[in-house]
Amino acid sequence: MNEYKLQEEIERYLNGEMSPEEIKQFELLRKENTAIDAKINEHQDFTRLLKQYSDRLALENRLNAIHDEIDVHTLTDELMVHPSWIVQLWRNHHSKISVAASVAIFAFLSVMFLTGKMTDQDSQYIQLRREVGNLKNKTDKINQKLTQNGRAERFNNTERFRGTGFAITSNGLIATNYHVINGADSVYVQNGAGKSFKAKVLYTEPQNDIAILKIVDTSFRNLGTIPYTIKKAESDLAESVYTYGYPQDAPHFDEGKVTSAVGLNGDSLDYQISIPINAGNSGSPLMDSRGNVVGIIQAKQTQLEGVHFAVKSSYLLSAIHNIPADSLTKRINLNTKNTLAGLTRVQQVKKLNNYVFIVKVYQ
Amino acid sequence: MNKELKDSIPTDSEVILGILNNSESVLKRMYLAYFPMILQLIINNNGTTDDAKDIYQEAVIILYNKIKAGDFELSSKLKTFIYSICRRLWLKRLSHMSRFGGDIRDFQEHMHVEDDLEKQGDMDIQFSKMESALQLLGEPCKTIMEDFYIHNLSMQDICERFGYTNADNAKTQKYKCLQRLKKLFFQQK
Repeated sequence: MNEYKLQEEIERYLNGEMSPEEIKQFELLRKENTAIDAKINEHQDFTRLLKQYSDRLALENRLNAIHDEIDVHTLTDELMVHPSWIVQLWRNHHSKISVAASVAIFAFLSVMFLTGKMTDQDSQYIQLRREVGNLKNKTDKINQKLTQNGRAERFNNTERFRGTGFAITSNGLIATNYHVINGADSVYVQNGAGKSFKAKVLYTEPQNDIAILKIVDTSFRNLGTIPYTIKKAESDLAESVYTYGYPQDAPHFDEGKVTSAVGLNGDSLDYQISIPINAGNSGSPLMDSRGNVVGIIQAKQTQLEGVHFAVKSSYLLSAIHNIPADSLTKRINLNTKNTLAGLTRVQQVKKLNNYVFIVKVYQ
Repeated sequence: MNKELKDSIPTDSEVILGILNNSESVLKRMYLAYFPMILQLIINNNGTTDDAKDIYQEAVIILYNKIKAGDFELSSKLKTFIYSICRRLWLKRLSHMSRFGGDIRDFQEHMHVEDDLEKQGDMDIQFSKMESALQLLGEPCKTIMEDFYIHNLSMQDICERFGYTNADNAKTQKYKCLQRLKKLFFQQK
């Protein structure tokens, strides 16, 4: 039986076109000959696949026909999830937005850095009380020696800070900065002749950095008439001013001009002045050329050379005015007659010597 | 029948019965009922409307064959089954196009349908082989094959259609065509 004939027979067999006689014969042949059996199976599978394939094509055509009836476009518009405009903006432009944001941040930081705003404000501004470290060390050493010598008694009065103060009344009221005496256990003032008096803090105005001390020492005698007055009006720009204080143990004179009517960041409490001042100068009187007190030396800026601050004298006047009456033994009589006005600078400073004190703070 | 009734979603058992009975209207109603759900899934996950059509039809064919084969058990809602198939198919295609970002935006609950897809995948390979084999076969062989094996025309009809002088000639021609088709089909990998 040749291939062609066999194929014919297989088809007739699978299509059920054979007579029962032929079927019996053919099935016998199939059982005997495995090659023929495989051929039959193969043909059966192949034609079934062909049929399935066409079924699939037909189904796809049916589905396509159904699909064509759908208005996909409107459906799409309905079903698309529309995120809010800000999300869409981000999705469409996020790379650009990121770049812009980075540039903005960079620019902001560079400007901040270049203008010096990045550094801490407080660090620019140092108040000028003087920490008397060397003295502290000395007393420590003395204490050590004393202990080694077996003496139980100890020197305990460690002087921590130093500033300057000046008399505002002849009976021993002294003006200085609040930051000089802040946290003090005890305060002593020392006059130009080197004599110390115990003082107490009578009144403070921390917001204006002003403190009023009173000398309570029994050995203290009346100072005599204060030679200067405290100026009410604000000083003008470029006015010539000088100061006299104790940045070290000896009195120190220096002069300059009022350079600005406002202090750090436009603070109207202060003047800016061009006097070089140092730690320990805090609380020194700022005098004008006629011998009026126009301010109290207060602080300097660390980053800029020659920028120094002094509290305006009008704040000192208001502080004196605000001292509670019950903390005073008698009413404050401020000096109204300025006896320095006609004198030369040298004579003025000489006179000042008696009324400017070193303020020593013990903690 | 008014529009609303025509467009209403057929019940799940209605669909199964309808497909088993070759009901064109049930197939249509089911198709129309669930397409929006799949369109929503695809277009909101980086797909086009054409992708939605492809994926959805593939899923319907899987469902259709499963029902026809009689091994469709209604273990879940038909809706969930269709959604899950489409979801899986779309994930597959997305990763194939490497457009898959790692998460898919879901709109329905879904279930595990891996087995159904595997069977379908094997079938699809066979079909695409058959398609290209028929394509390579060319005319008139292709038509003869289709007429005889698919449309079940008799040799006599084929003989007349192609103008063969007698049925034996037609049979010889059909035999040669079949041999060639088989050869083309099995040659493919």
